[in-house]
Amino acid sequence: MDIATHVFSALYQFGDAFAFLVLSACGLAVIFGMMGVINLAHGEFIMCGAYVTAATVHAGLPLPLGILAGTVVSALVGVLVELAVIRHLYDRPLDTIVATWGLSLIATQGTLIMVGSTMAGVGTPFGSFQVGDYSYSIYRIVLFCAALGVLAALYALFNWTRFGVLARATIQVPHMAAALGVDTRLIYSLTFACGAGLAGLAGGLYAPTMTLVPTMGATFIMEAFVTVVIGGADVFLGTAPAGGLLAIVKSGMTSWQGQLFGQIGLLVAVIIVVRVLPKGISGFVLRERT
Amino acid sequence: MTGFVSLFRRLEGPQTVGRGPAFWSLFAIVLAIGLAYPLFSDGYTVGNTVYFFVWVFIALSLCLIWGYGGSLSFGQTAFFGIAGYGYGVLTLNFGAAYGFTLVAFVAAIAIAALFAVLLGYFMFFGRIAGVFLGIVTLAVTLMLERFMAQTAGPEWHIGSARLNGFNGMSAMPPLTIPWPGQPIVLFADVGLYYFVLGLLVFVYLALRILMNSSFGNVIVAIRENPERAEMLGYDIRKYQLITFVIGAALAGISGVLYTAWGQYITPSSMGMTAAALPLIWVAVGGRSDLTSTVVGTLVVLAAFQALTIYGSQYALVFMGVLLVLTVLIAPNGLVLGAMNWLGRLAARLTRRAG
Repeated sequence: MDIATHVFSALYQFGDAFAFLVLSACGLAVIFGMMGVINLAHGEFIMCGAYVTAATVHAGLPLPLGILAGTVVSALVGVLVELAVIRHLYDRPLDTIVATWGLSLIATQGTLIMVGSTMAGVGTPFGSFQVGDYSYSIYRIVLFCAALGVLAALYALFNWTRFGVLARATIQVPHMAAALGVDTRLIYSLTFACGAGLAGLAGGLYAPTMTLVPTMGATFIMEAFVTVVIGGADVFLGTAPAGGLLAIVKSGMTSWQGQLFGQIGLLVAVIIVVRVLPKGISGFVLRERT
Repeated sequence: MTGFVSLFRRLEGPQTVGRGPAFWSLFAIVLAIGLAYPLFSDGYTVGNTVYFFVWVFIALSLCLIWGYGGSLSFGQTAFFGIAGYGYGVLTLNFGAAYGFTLVAFVAAIAIAALFAVLLGYFMFFGRIAGVFLGIVTLAVTLMLERFMAQTAGPEWHIGSARLNGFNGMSAMPPLTIPWPGQPIVLFADVGLYYFVLGLLVFVYLALRILMNSSFGNVIVAIRENPERAEMLGYDIRKYQLITFVIGAALAGISGVLYTAWGQYITPSSMGMTAAALPLIWVAVGGRSDLTSTVVGTLVVLAAFQALTIYGSQYALVFMGVLLVLTVLIAPNGLVLGAMNWLGRLAARLTRRAG
């Protein structure tokens, strides 16, 4: 096996880890960056997206439409959750964590009761290709492109649209934005829906690659939390570079010692980075800038 | 002697609800009922009651760190698991003779506390606070669960103790008190009941004293306003770290007692659900008061067990709803709210009588 196939293998694993981290984290990061709220039910929104995707595909829809349906349904559930619970807790961020954890318990156990302990999955599309001695799944490349696409779309949304301008104004000085006539409550609702929808999108995209069980959200949340903690409050200056950094750690440790050590490597990286940069990468970058 | 008396005076103070002869006579009555209870019950029910008591320590640890200290930690189950596994590994290796189980009891708690020193150093001296603290501790807990769950192979052993992956460890000896002639083995019935009850009363009273001491006041000051506490000259990182370590040791007590009670420990005792339950007990009871936490934990646990018997699947859903509703409607906790209401009522009655 020559050096090129080694390099390709490393790049492929990096891309896979990067896509997983960014896709699972960006919904969480959007909500956190906007409202300083950590949504512990994030994994359950991912689960919701995956389940809806699988259900629609079983009903005969093509996969992309199924993923779209998963995204939309998760976003709608997000609006409901925001109206019923989150809205009342904006001045108590710690209580939001606790409340969303309660929601996560309800969602996990409720799904178990209603849908059962497992759901028939969706086959991974596109097949695979061969480089050197190993075969690689094409769908993983699609996921990597999807992660880049999501980052680009978020950049466009927050920088080029009216909603983006209002949202950023609300992030910076909420009461000033409100005084200037921005309906900040609506903005919060929409942002929460956006974050929940992104979680649903992640679930839909990963639905073909994993077994669908009610606790599947738990496989995402640790990576998502870790990425958001290291990244800090800004999606582009935080989540994206944090995803890149952690993907190097994770893919390196995984190919060296196996999956579990990849995750342990993530955790150690987080604890060290947080000790050095308490506000995450984006906090560090923004401080340097001012 | 005077030092001893002033220690007792700290049993009541601004940081704990309940004072005066009324409260303490109620306390004495409850304690007397607790002591007499095994006489009127059978071994199995008593063993089940011990199971409830075992969890009160981890609830108290969360009360200390979250309620008094203001830092939300999801990591208590991690310390629970570390101490539980620690006890298992130690006793499976060295046996139960010569009162070694008691040594293992203390050593396992010390291991959990040591781990808390390490983790707490990075967190508090890195000035992680609020939301991030919860997430880092949660990530550590989930990581530990995943790590222990994959230790199924024969290569995962410490001494002669196999870790057994997802099935967990079992068959460790129960706590044994060396006694001339015949050592007293504390199986999960009356013997263990009195041991745990004694420990519980001791820990509860000791925490009351600690919280009403100057240390407790500083902890509460940090919760209320960290910057102000720091301006007043306190190194808040040290205080937070010490609270965190005490909390870890309390969670460790729960872990060891749980392991000794059921003679098994599994990785799922560190999972998401396991981490959520103490939070529910403490939040529903009233996180900023020791007595409310103890009462709330026992009540919610009993309710949860009753629900599990009658509608096993829905018990967790109900717990989730209870948690959300508590946070939305009674953020200070139901038991604490009720106790404050009773206190006001009593004050009004005495005023009218006087």
